[in-house]
This record gives sequence, C-alpha cells and structure tokens, in this order.
Amino acid sequence: MTTKSPTTIAVGIGLKAEHMPDIIADDTALDFVEVHAENYMVSGGPALRQLTRVRDRFALSIHGVGLSIGGAAPLDQEHLDRLAALLQRFEPAWFSEHLAWSSHGGACYNDLLPLPYNPATLVHVCDQIDVVQERLGRRLLLENPSTYIEFATSSMDEGAFLAEVATRTGCGLLLDVNNAYISAVNHGRDPWDLIVALPPAAVGEIHLAGFAEDRDAVGDRLLIDTHGAPIAEAVWDFYRRTLRHLGSRPTLIERDQAIPPLAVLVAEAQRARSAWVDAAAWTEAAS
Amino acid sequence: MSTLEPIQVGLSNALLAPERPLPPGVITWNGSDPSVRFDVYRNNVVVSLTTALAEGFPVTRALVGERFFAAMARCFIADHLPSSPILSDYGDALPDFIAAFPPAQGLSYLPDLARLERARVQAYHAADAPALTAQDLACQLANPQRLSAARLALHPACIVLVSEHAIVSLWAAHQGQGRIEDVDLRRAESALVLRDGDAVLVLPLSLEIGHFLVALAAGAPLGEAAEIAAAAGPDVDLTQAIVLLIHYGGIAAWHTPGDL
Repeated sequence: MTTKSPTTIAVGIGLKAEHMPDIIADDTALDFVEVHAENYMVSGGPALRQLTRVRDRFALSIHGVGLSIGGAAPLDQEHLDRLAALLQRFEPAWFSEHLAWSSHGGACYNDLLPLPYNPATLVHVCDQIDVVQERLGRRLLLENPSTYIEFATSSMDEGAFLAEVATRTGCGLLLDVNNAYISAVNHGRDPWDLIVALPPAAVGEIHLAGFAEDRDAVGDRLLIDTHGAPIAEAVWDFYRRTLRHLGSRPTLIERDQAIPPLAVLVAEAQRARSAWVDAAAWTEAAS
Repeated sequence: MSTLEPIQVGLSNALLAPERPLPPGVITWNGSDPSVRFDVYRNNVVVSLTTALAEGFPVTRALVGERFFAAMARCFIADHLPSSPILSDYGDALPDFIAAFPPAQGLSYLPDLARLERARVQAYHAADAPALTAQDLACQLANPQRLSAARLALHPACIVLVSEHAIVSLWAAHQGQGRIEDVDLRRAESALVLRDGDAVLVLPLSLEIGHFLVALAAGAPLGEAAEIAAAAGPDVDLTQAIVLLIHYGGIAAWHTPGDL
C-alpha cells in the first residue's frame, strides 16, 4: 500500500537584499524564496516594493527571527501586530519561527538562545504558540534550533518536545536538517532520533545550510551554525535519508554570511531537487 | 513564576559579560566547560549586532577603520542593546554615543557624519506618501502676502541635517565623488537627505538653508523660518530651497491659515 512518490520537490533560497535585482530580473529556476520577517518591518520605501515584485513571481515564505516564542515573558504584542500586518500584506505560502528565545527584559540579543525541554517549558511554549496562531489567524511552522549547551532541567528529547508542541497546538514544523545534525554532534546524539520522533505530517518545510567547525574545552567537535558555507556532504547524506523517510518537502537553502553570487545558491537548490529524484527512486525500488 | 525566568536572566547577564559565570544547571554531554560552548552565543550577539551597525554606518566605519569600529560597536552594544528585533531601527543612539566616546574625541565631525548615515537608512525605509507638485502649489505660491504664514510638512523620507562640519563632502568622497584629501573639514555643510525612486540622495545645503528647512520641518511658518535663516548668515535664497524641495517631492502638505 505504497502511494506513488510525488515527482517534484519545491526548492528555494533565503533571499538576501544583494540578490534582489538579479532575482527580479532573471528567470531563476526556483519555486519559492524566503525572507526574514524583521527585514521588511519598515514603514515604506523600496524594500517593500521589491518584495511585492518578488511575490508576484515566486511563492513566498516569511521566516521570523525575533518573536522570542521561548521567552519567559509574554510575547511582544507590538511585534505580533507588525507580523500580522506583514503577513496580511504579502500572504506568504508559509510562515515560520523558532523554538528559541531571543529577547529578555526589553533587550533583543539578535540570536536564538536555547530552552530546557521539560513539561513546564512545553506548556509555556504551547501557550505562546496558541497566542501567535490565534493572532495571525494561520498555522505557524516551528523550527528546531541549533544548540551548543544543554540544561540539567531538561527531561524530554528535542524530537519528543517538538512532536508534542505540534500535537497540542496544531502548528507545523520546519525541520532544519542542518540544525538537527549540528545539535546531534554537539550533544553526542544520533541526529536520526530527532527525525523519527517528529510526526511526518507536521513537517511542512526543510532548511539546509552550512556550518563551521570548532572544538569544545575537551577537544570534542563543536559545530557552529554560521549559514556561511556550502552545505556539508554529511548533511546532504542526512537530507537524502530524511527525504526517503518523509517524502517530498519544500526545501530551502539558507546563506546569511559570506554570501556568494545568486547562481551558487541556485545550484545548491538544484542539488536539493536532484536529491529528491534520488530519494524517490530509492523509495520506489524499495517498495 | 516561570521556571524559564531565572535561566534567561542568568544567560542574559552572561551574554555580554564573559567574566560572569553561567547560571547553575547549564551542562554539556561530555562534561566540558559549558562557558566555552556558551562563547558561541556571546560571539553571535556581538558579531551580528556589530555587522548590523557596520551595514548602517559604512563611511563612519571606513573613517575610523574596521578595528576601531568593532571596538566602539562592542562598547555601544553593551550599553544599547536593540529594543526591538527590527535591526533597521538599530543605531539611532550611535551618533550621540560617538560624540561622548572618549577615543573618538579628536574626530569632531564623526557624530554628524554618523547622523547623516543614520538619516540615509531612515529615509530609505520611511513611509510612502504622495508629494505635492509645482502644479499643486501654484496657487499657494502665487499669493505672496499669505506665504509667510504658511506651514509645510516635509515628506517622511525627507530629512534635514545641520552641521558645522563638511559631512556631505566627506560622505561623497567615500562614494567616489571627490578626493578625501581635498575635503576642508572646517567647512560647515548641511544636508538634505531624501529618496528619489529606489535611491537615497544626499544634497548639500548652505548653513542658512539648513536652518531654514530644519525650522520648517519643526512646523515653523515660512516667515519665521526665513528669519531664522537670515539670522544664520547671508546666503538665503529661500525660493531656491523651496524649488529644490518641490523638485524632489519633499513637500507632503502645505497649510495656509484660513484654508479649509
């Protein structure tokens, strides 16, 4: 009772301001692009006009980086209002945010900070997501983070935590395969444990990016989620395995530092397309 | 009440102060020092915010050099974390910070240059609004006796800066217009920053016209703004200033008392 694999996969890239003119002018082989919500929370001007033109040509994903869903304090209503206005204006195909906190005590740290995974955090995060989905009137995709430390008060695996959030709130999941790989290496785990813990139907999008490599205080590998390098071969392997398990999912290439020419990112997106063809063939053969 | 609160207080405090210990309960799978791993977060905060500032203040950065700018940004970030995640709003406080930053005291032009760069970012993202054309204003301008009581509202993307330093020439020299060694730093240059299509323009103004436009932007009637300009110096071609504003779509509204 196998269902035939879809023949296509939607691929996209994280769109940076420097690639705006090229992507508007060229006939780029992409299905969608993703932008950071906060970069377009401006009163007016060229940025919004350009995004409107991009929206006319590609499906759009809006990716929030500043909502601080895991923040101990209640959500910033002003920010939520801005987000609602942005989503209403651009009507993206997907909206995503992170399982993390980034603000505290009125200060924004501009980074995605980690949470302990336990029943108390679960209740808090679910309450916050309920508020977000209610206010925005749409489904959120929640992204698994890359993390470098853990907490003694954690009593749940990340996968079980995300699965429970999705079940309780009805939110979807954005599976960042690179983050899953990074966190697993950084915490001595098997990255596959996260993938199999997630309810497949909840996974609405996949992210791929590159990492940098360092060492911790005892010399073990410490992978850093820089979005500043090509995707690692180990992550491509892991991505193909993930596709065989999940099936086709819209897949996005992220690059936020050391940004190469647009063509380099488009080539990585095409590689994701090929990975799907390989995975689909493998699945057909195995069924 | 939340169990997250003490962890987030502790981690927040440790983010910008490497010497502060992490809160209890931060662990690593292999027993390695968690503070070394936490340095990744510390570095992300400082580097990402420094990058955001560098993008908004490229000429300021070029003038002081990358290392000086990074060190100054680090001090600024410690005192002024962003209050919202919208980074295009970050940096409003940097020019005043530079003015009070002891290592930058020798560079008296730097705070105003930074204000000019900040104004460019603000103009780029300012609200869209219709501008009055020469045709719209024809009957107002044809009625000289009522001009002095008129007040006008500048377009949201139109920002005036008055400076006692050659900020426009200095900025232009970094865009390949003129040589930096030819800039007379003591020459007072004011600036009109505005949006023209997708570009942000920086137009030089005399000190007098700068004061005139600042007064208008603050809501003074034309007559009063003209007196302020005249008190500032002899170069007061106000007609030319108004023509300039109209040409670049810099006037959003024009009110004459008695108008309905």
